[in-house]
Amino acid sequence: MRTLRTLLIGTVLRAKHLSRSPFEVAMALVIPLVQATLAVYLFRAGDEPHRLLEAAVGAGLMGVWASVLTGSGGAIQHQRFEGTLEIIMLTPRHPVLVILPLTAATAVTGCYALVATLLWGRLVYGIPIDLAHPLAFGAATLACIAGLGMFGLLLASTFVLLRNANALANPLDYPIWLLSGMLVPISVLPAWTAPIAAVLPTTWGARALREATVGGPVWPSIGICLALGTVCLVLGAVLLKSFERRARAAATLALA
Amino acid sequence: MESDYAIEAEGLRRTYRTRTGWLRPRRETVEAVRGIDLTVRRGELFGLLGPNGAGKTTTIKMLNTLLIPTAGTARIRGFDVVEQTREVRRRIGYVFGGDRGLYDRLSALDNLRYFAELYGVPPRDQRRRIAELLELVGLTGREQERVEGYSRGMRQRLHAPEVLFLDEPSIGVDPVAARELRRTVAGLAAGGTTVVLTTHYMAEADELCDRIAVISGGEIQALGTPAELRSRADGRRVVEVEAYGVPDTAISALRGLPGVRETSVEDRGALQLLTVQSDAHVDVQGDVLRELAGIRLGRVDSREPTLEDAYVAIVGAA
Repeated sequence: MRTLRTLLIGTVLRAKHLSRSPFEVAMALVIPLVQATLAVYLFRAGDEPHRLLEAAVGAGLMGVWASVLTGSGGAIQHQRFEGTLEIIMLTPRHPVLVILPLTAATAVTGCYALVATLLWGRLVYGIPIDLAHPLAFGAATLACIAGLGMFGLLLASTFVLLRNANALANPLDYPIWLLSGMLVPISVLPAWTAPIAAVLPTTWGARALREATVGGPVWPSIGICLALGTVCLVLGAVLLKSFERRARAAATLALA
Repeated sequence: MESDYAIEAEGLRRTYRTRTGWLRPRRETVEAVRGIDLTVRRGELFGLLGPNGAGKTTTIKMLNTLLIPTAGTARIRGFDVVEQTREVRRRIGYVFGGDRGLYDRLSALDNLRYFAELYGVPPRDQRRRIAELLELVGLTGREQERVEGYSRGMRQRLHAPEVLFLDEPSIGVDPVAARELRRTVAGLAAGGTTVVLTTHYMAEADELCDRIAVISGGEIQALGTPAELRSRADGRRVVEVEAYGVPDTAISALRGLPGVRETSVEDRGALQLLTVQSDAHVDVQGDVLRELAGIRLGRVDSREPTLEDAYVAIVGAA
């Protein structure tokens, strides 16, 4: 109970902190518009206008992932610069309780990107928001937030160890977009990518959202997304503990 | 098992390894702390004094679990700082000077709620403790404002640590707020909290600390009460000269004068303040002025040594 409370308060306050950054707000306004535009023109060019909504959902999910990845990497780097990384790592709780709210908050604010992409698609390009399973779509969105937040924790554990967290975070954007089938169907990718895609929570989150949009068995995908997310959480917790110790040995919690 | 000592450190050493460049990496090793032994009693206010780069912050970070020592051991209330971090962290607080260490886009109330939660303060106690704390730092009524521009030093009071590390807390703080801070620190120590304070300000260390360790070059050069340290400069006399444009050759010449033990120069804008310590029985003032002939001088003064002079003597001898 106490753990849940700590996670919840941490996530709410971190999201509040993120939402007050002029940079984050500007990015949140512009990026979904760009994503929606890309999705629309790609699919129009591909002569598949009936898949526009699917494309918009995929583009929105790309926004969630970008938020988790750059948000977690950026947040940890920023805290390192501000000196707060040392202060929060110094608290007597398991580092997961300190870092998970950080990545969960980026997933929550990233969820806004999904909604905004759909809205821009509706307002600017007239894509009707006609969901096959509206209720399941809500559940899939929540599963995506949870799954991506936990996946973010696994990545964040390495950001705690490495001083140049940004350098690692930024290039991971595109491979995950591609591998998870957020915009391009996994079936068109080379066969060797399939096993990688299968173990990424993002793949199943994207699939659940797509199935809720156009129809399909949403709940198994939600279940797999959450299960893989939990594996990331456990792995992230173990790594975080070990990386925290290594960071103390290598003196990388602070910049100076 | 809790110890009677707040802090016990034996043979603490810390080396930093840096690497620059990718193709032809250049590796450097810096020995920041080279074997520190110290014990601090419960409720003691202990000062760490030393020039920049002396190893003060590294020592504090090894004691508060942020850095793993390269060698040696340290215990806080009997708990090992490397292996029993959670036990140690439950008992300590850490404040560092400057403008960092708080979430400035959140209000004071949100910052305090967040850290109260991370320090495991029971929810039913949080409201009361936060209100007390806001009252203590004079922020009642302003708790909803964002932290940008606030004073600091409140977070660690939330969980009432047994051992509080203050790393140059008064840096960049105006004199009135610094006095307020000293009063708070003295109050904490009087209430039984062990405080380890690093500072550049001699007066602050003199006023507050029960004992002071002077660190230089990663080693403790002197350890004692302020009075004991001051006595290091006993038998000395200090000549202070305000001058303009003193060349290095003149300073070297001063160092070579018979009876001179220590010479330091402090730049104060266009003015340089020369401090020359000598054996008390040797009157060096005449010789000093002779060496400075032809240089524009201001006030010349001869006085008894202070703690600062003792500090300069200790660091200079290191």
